[in-house]
Amino acid sequence: MNIQQISVFLENRPGAMAAFTKLLQKNNIDLRALSLAETENFGIVRVITDDPMTTVQVLKDGGYICSLTPVIAVAIEDKPGALVDLLDTMGDAGINLEYTYAFLAKKANSACIAFRVTDNEAASKLLAERGIKTLGQEDLPALFE
Amino acid sequence: MGNYHHPEIETMPRADIEALQSARLVEAVERVYNTVPAYRKKMEALGVEPRHIKGIEDLHLLPFITKDDLREEYPYGFLGAPLDDVVRIQSTSGTTGRRVVAFYTQADIDLWEDCCARAIVAAGGTKKDVVQVSYGYGLFTGAAGIAGGAHKMGAMTLPMSSGNTDRQLQFMADLEATIIACTPSYAAYLAESIHEKGMRDQIKLKAGIFGAEAWTEEMRHDIEQSLGIKAYDIYGLTELSGPGVSFECEEQAGMHINEDHFIPEIIDPKTGEVLPKGSKGELVFTAVTKHAFPLLRYRTKDITQLNYEPCACGRTHVRMHKPMGRSDDMMIVKGVNVFPSQIETVLMNQGYPANYQIIVTRVKTSDNIEVQVEMTPEMFSDSLTEVSKKEKELVGALKSMLGIYCDVRLVAPKSITRSEGKAQRVIDKRNLY
Ligand SMILES: [Zn+2]
Repeated sequence: MNIQQISVFLENRPGAMAAFTKLLQKNNIDLRALSLAETENFGIVRVITDDPMTTVQVLKDGGYICSLTPVIAVAIEDKPGALVDLLDTMGDAGINLEYTYAFLAKKANSACIAFRVTDNEAASKLLAERGIKTLGQEDLPALFE
Repeated sequence: MGNYHHPEIETMPRADIEALQSARLVEAVERVYNTVPAYRKKMEALGVEPRHIKGIEDLHLLPFITKDDLREEYPYGFLGAPLDDVVRIQSTSGTTGRRVVAFYTQADIDLWEDCCARAIVAAGGTKKDVVQVSYGYGLFTGAAGIAGGAHKMGAMTLPMSSGNTDRQLQFMADLEATIIACTPSYAAYLAESIHEKGMRDQIKLKAGIFGAEAWTEEMRHDIEQSLGIKAYDIYGLTELSGPGVSFECEEQAGMHINEDHFIPEIIDPKTGEVLPKGSKGELVFTAVTKHAFPLLRYRTKDITQLNYEPCACGRTHVRMHKPMGRSDDMMIVKGVNVFPSQIETVLMNQGYPANYQIIVTRVKTSDNIEVQVEMTPEMFSDSLTEVSKKEKELVGALKSMLGIYCDVRLVAPKSITRSEGKAQRVIDKRNLY
């Protein structure tokens, strides 16, 4: 199972991020996760929301360039070592991580990790074999209740 | 050795060409002085009289004519023949100001069509060929010139005009067109449509004659590959007739100027000084045989250079390089001539939209040039590395085109300000003047 992450092009200039988040706020879109990658000149902001299609529409109408990228997300126990085990599993299987970021669910004692890997399908399969449940889009609301 | 439409003129020894030019120039100056008050006034202001012009060596004494002069004297100020003798007008689009109307006597049309006939023959055309004319018919010179030229050399013309691609392709296939004349961008579009419709086998084209807009060697290569033809460049200006002022031969290494009608000079666009042979500068033309609109020393604003080396095709007329920019756009950055059109070419080749802005700054004594390009959905990727890679490729392509390093800045869509629909392309913050 995948989560549709929205990747957005942002200029690297003061106020760009603020304008972006204001647009989402104005349209009542809650951010479940946010991560920013940047160079000297530009940035790519990656977000997860409950309704990616609406978010994309709002952003496009607002003049942003964005795309949907499937990422793998898992909920892990909020305790030392949990992430290490997970990364080891992936590393041992030769699955290459392009980027990863963590976000906190409101549900007690639960952290979430989002992964962008070269082969989503292989990674999902591997995790399923190890009994690690990957989150789907429909799992999100429950995590934030 | 190729085929010529006018072999005796096209392969004339250089000395004979120059003698012919001199004789025609003396005659033209006398005629223009007496029939075009606007030019006579310019000559008088410089204290030049027809008797001072004894041959092409005296050409530099004559005043220039600019496009602004033509606009000021619109419509009849540069008319050189009685209106009774005028049989046609053609006109520029006038996108950058008041349009220019050019007048033609029947003899003017004949010489123009002769020039185009030479171009078609140089592209391999014979009486057996079918020439599809896909320039827009009407005020623009493209269609009239090429169609007239095709009539002169005896090919069959298909007067398709522009647009209606389905009909274009149907005629191209059914009547077995062998030569197509249109803008290079329309040729690229037709090529794409031919492949989409699976019509490649029905197309018999062998050559294309493309002009009226700037195009690159990459575009030439793509069109040639896609259609299996040779693509020839043709150059002209409405002010001087239209297409056919110069044209490519089978060597495809510069465009032969029809020097029996048009005498070229290369000048420094800032000072107006004539530059030594082979220099890069602004192209100036003197039309020595035209009567209704006889422009002497007309500044084209096109930056190019002339090549007087003999050509393997046997033609002796000088070749001009494809225009490399416009003199009114030229900037000097880090001591190098930079034209926005060069930057635009690079952007288009790299798949960026032609919406860009060039910002030139100076920190102490060092120039800095930044090219801002709007990001597009096609160029965007979720991967920082991918986008950075594209950015670096663009920096590299600009460096190889301009010879200097440019910063590249990817900006948000629609963020480059447009005033009245047209973007200001260059912002020079150096306060040089
Ligand atoms: Zn040649």
